[in-house]
Amino acid sequence: MTTLNKTSRRDFIKLTSLTGGGLLLGFSWFSSDAATAEIIDPANFAGEVPFNSYLSIAADGTITIYSPNPELGQNIMTSFPMVVAEELDADWTKVKAMQAPLDKQFDRQLTGGSGAIPHSWKRLRTAGATARYLLIGAAAKRWNVDASECTTSNSMVIHSKSGKQLGYGELAQEASQMKVPADVPFKNRKDFKLIGRPVKNLENKKIVTGKGMFGLDFYRDGMVMAMIKRPPAFGTKIKSVDAAEAKAMPGIIDVVTFKNNVAIVGKSTWDVMKARAFVKVEYEKDGDIESTADHDKILADLLNSDKATVRRKDGDVETAFKNAAKIITNEYQCPFVPHNPMEPMNFFAHVRADGVELVGPTQTPGSARTAVSKLLNVPEEKITLEITRLGGGFGRRLKYDYVLEAAELSSIIQKPVKVMWTREDDMMGGSYRPAVRYRFNAALDAQGNLVGYKLRGVGINQNNSTREDNFPSGAVDNLLIDSVEHISPITTGAWRAPVTNFLGFAEQSFIDEVAQAAGKDPVQFRLDLLQKARTNPAGAIKYSIDRMETVIKTAAEKSNWGKKTGVSQGFSVYFSHASYVAQVCEVVLNGKTPQVKKIIAVADCGEVVNKSGALQQVMGGITDGYGTAMYGKLSFKDGIPEQNNFDQYRLIRMKEIPEIEVHFVDNGIDPTGLGEPALPPTGGAVANAIFKATGVRLKNQPFVDDIAFSKLLKV
Amino acid sequence: MPVFTLQINKKEYKADVAADTPLLWVLRDNLGLLGTKFGCGIAECGACTVLLDGKAIRACVYPVSKIKSGQKITSIEGLSENGDHPLQLAWDEVDVPQCGYCQAGQIMTAAALFNSKPNPTDKEIDDAMHENICRCAAYHRIREAVQLARTKF
Repeated sequence: MTTLNKTSRRDFIKLTSLTGGGLLLGFSWFSSDAATAEIIDPANFAGEVPFNSYLSIAADGTITIYSPNPELGQNIMTSFPMVVAEELDADWTKVKAMQAPLDKQFDRQLTGGSGAIPHSWKRLRTAGATARYLLIGAAAKRWNVDASECTTSNSMVIHSKSGKQLGYGELAQEASQMKVPADVPFKNRKDFKLIGRPVKNLENKKIVTGKGMFGLDFYRDGMVMAMIKRPPAFGTKIKSVDAAEAKAMPGIIDVVTFKNNVAIVGKSTWDVMKARAFVKVEYEKDGDIESTADHDKILADLLNSDKATVRRKDGDVETAFKNAAKIITNEYQCPFVPHNPMEPMNFFAHVRADGVELVGPTQTPGSARTAVSKLLNVPEEKITLEITRLGGGFGRRLKYDYVLEAAELSSIIQKPVKVMWTREDDMMGGSYRPAVRYRFNAALDAQGNLVGYKLRGVGINQNNSTREDNFPSGAVDNLLIDSVEHISPITTGAWRAPVTNFLGFAEQSFIDEVAQAAGKDPVQFRLDLLQKARTNPAGAIKYSIDRMETVIKTAAEKSNWGKKTGVSQGFSVYFSHASYVAQVCEVVLNGKTPQVKKIIAVADCGEVVNKSGALQQVMGGITDGYGTAMYGKLSFKDGIPEQNNFDQYRLIRMKEIPEIEVHFVDNGIDPTGLGEPALPPTGGAVANAIFKATGVRLKNQPFVDDIAFSKLLKV
Repeated sequence: MPVFTLQINKKEYKADVAADTPLLWVLRDNLGLLGTKFGCGIAECGACTVLLDGKAIRACVYPVSKIKSGQKITSIEGLSENGDHPLQLAWDEVDVPQCGYCQAGQIMTAAALFNSKPNPTDKEIDDAMHENICRCAAYHRIREAVQLARTKF
């Protein structure tokens, strides 16, 4: 029997019985919130409709949730089932999560933008609450009592009047025969038993015992291994290839050239790794060949370009600056940085006459499949894509260049192949966080009020390097934000908290400078601006003044702002991915050497689903933000990255981490993003504290390259 | 190609590979032991850490031919019979993993530390774990888990 329910949110629910007894509840995880309802004839409701995730309850009581999003450490394989189990009143020990395969009907089967939990929150709750309703209905029917007299707890339906109770597994088959309700109420958050508590990652056991879960762990009989020699310099292409010596090496099956790739195909990883060094390739110029010195000049010049695109304009900036009592100007610059997920890029592809099989780690399985379909001219329905666990992503695996390579190579050699990148391939292979430079100007009136604000963002392959509607927009009457980009052959892409990962630092450093110039406390200065935005806004306000104000005040309170002795405090607050994070950094001086001791963070991401996972995202985000601000730099010489492995590219390590204290705002708002928002404020909090402690104003990243600062580190 | 006889996780394995093949690729490509990870290939990140006679080595740069007859290799799969080594339990208790890719190497580095110093100081723990990179930056919990495991030996 199949029952269909259609709600105003287009959340389709399908109910069937499981083979062998039990209940299978399908729901449309990722349908849009379109206002117009879609009419679907239940008679046609068989597999091809937008119904794409499953909650099943087996006769033995096992509850399985299929999670559609790729897991890369954001912990949704645990958080998603928690939300369902909460509404279902399930015994958590009987819940398991499975990675769902790529399904064409998902409209958001990707990991990025800190969006998984915000996007799925209501759908997950609906699934759990609906299943609970059906189980209660089945029990009430069996006992011949009113459903309203029944309660649930720990995977049991309970009728306290009669003392009867039945486990979900025993009721699942009968529940699958019930009519799906039109609407189900959600739990009151004060009754939450799982949500908001720390719950351990369901995958821990597999991870700590070394189970092969990642893309690189995929092996199959008959599969060959391949590595690709790519042009070392951006802006070059292949002129000639001499692979004779490599082809003759042991274990090598073939060396094939396609596009700008020379693929070495062999029996084992080590065979191809060795042989690759013996492939001789000549390259020739194919575009601009740039060095970091060129970028520095390009970015500086673009700050004065007359070709910028205006992103936001409020009031009359020119007059405000002409009449200003004081003008403050500063510039900030960051270099390119690679993503460096610990698992290098890799993908398995098997192109057969009857279809294509793809297996591996990707943040965007749907786009990857579409691209492979176009590349090979194979219809998408003949392409399967299995999503493995990802050994980190940080935005790198939003690009699917490495999936296309594997597919193209398999189609050429007509074999199942795993293409693997080395760390050097990964670090030199592009898709970097763009290098960006900002110039800020602020105009203060005689009372120290911020009356004019200008931001020019210039970036390399960064079309809009600003977030024009973020704070302090709305709080300044006369404001101009514009941007201009330089197009380069160096490939760039989203890097954890795109744009804001550096803009947050630059803006919050500059606000600190302006507050100082105005003779005001940095926290009070921000609060005054928010108050101005509230009472007399300039233009549209696209952030919540109340939520930002709350994290600022809470961070000031938790850090005992301005009242602590023996430490220098720096403040920062940033809004990104719909969440708000304020941070206070505390620096102590050992002699003249500043030491970052502690970062206190207050995060408002709405409802915290898994306290343990949420803490990981905030602490990891802060440590990543701190490490990248301190050490992260990829420089170029004649188009070639000058750092290609961890001996030259410095990632933060154990002895360099500051203490981190995290507080969450408990406001019950539906969840907003958390994978990224903790990162953007960190650089600013650290730089502001270092300024307070030493008088050195850090303007460029990485901080260790700042001459005055590096001298202090060596004292 | 020479055939190498290896004692791994209390079992004997034979691998028919080139003498310069790093132990990492023998474990992964030839023996199907996938817990030991490839991260950098130059002994910088520690994702490939295994124990050789109880001491940490970086399998990505350790040629299989350098392993002497009778030497015992322990990879993450052999750290305990049932995943219940104090470090594995502590890793779950503290809920350390984010992406999880580097964690086997982290645990093996900590295991080597406990082999040489059963009761390390906090500083000795930090010094030892400084050798391994966690890109998710789960360092606070890695530290906490090693400190917790210290109490269980």
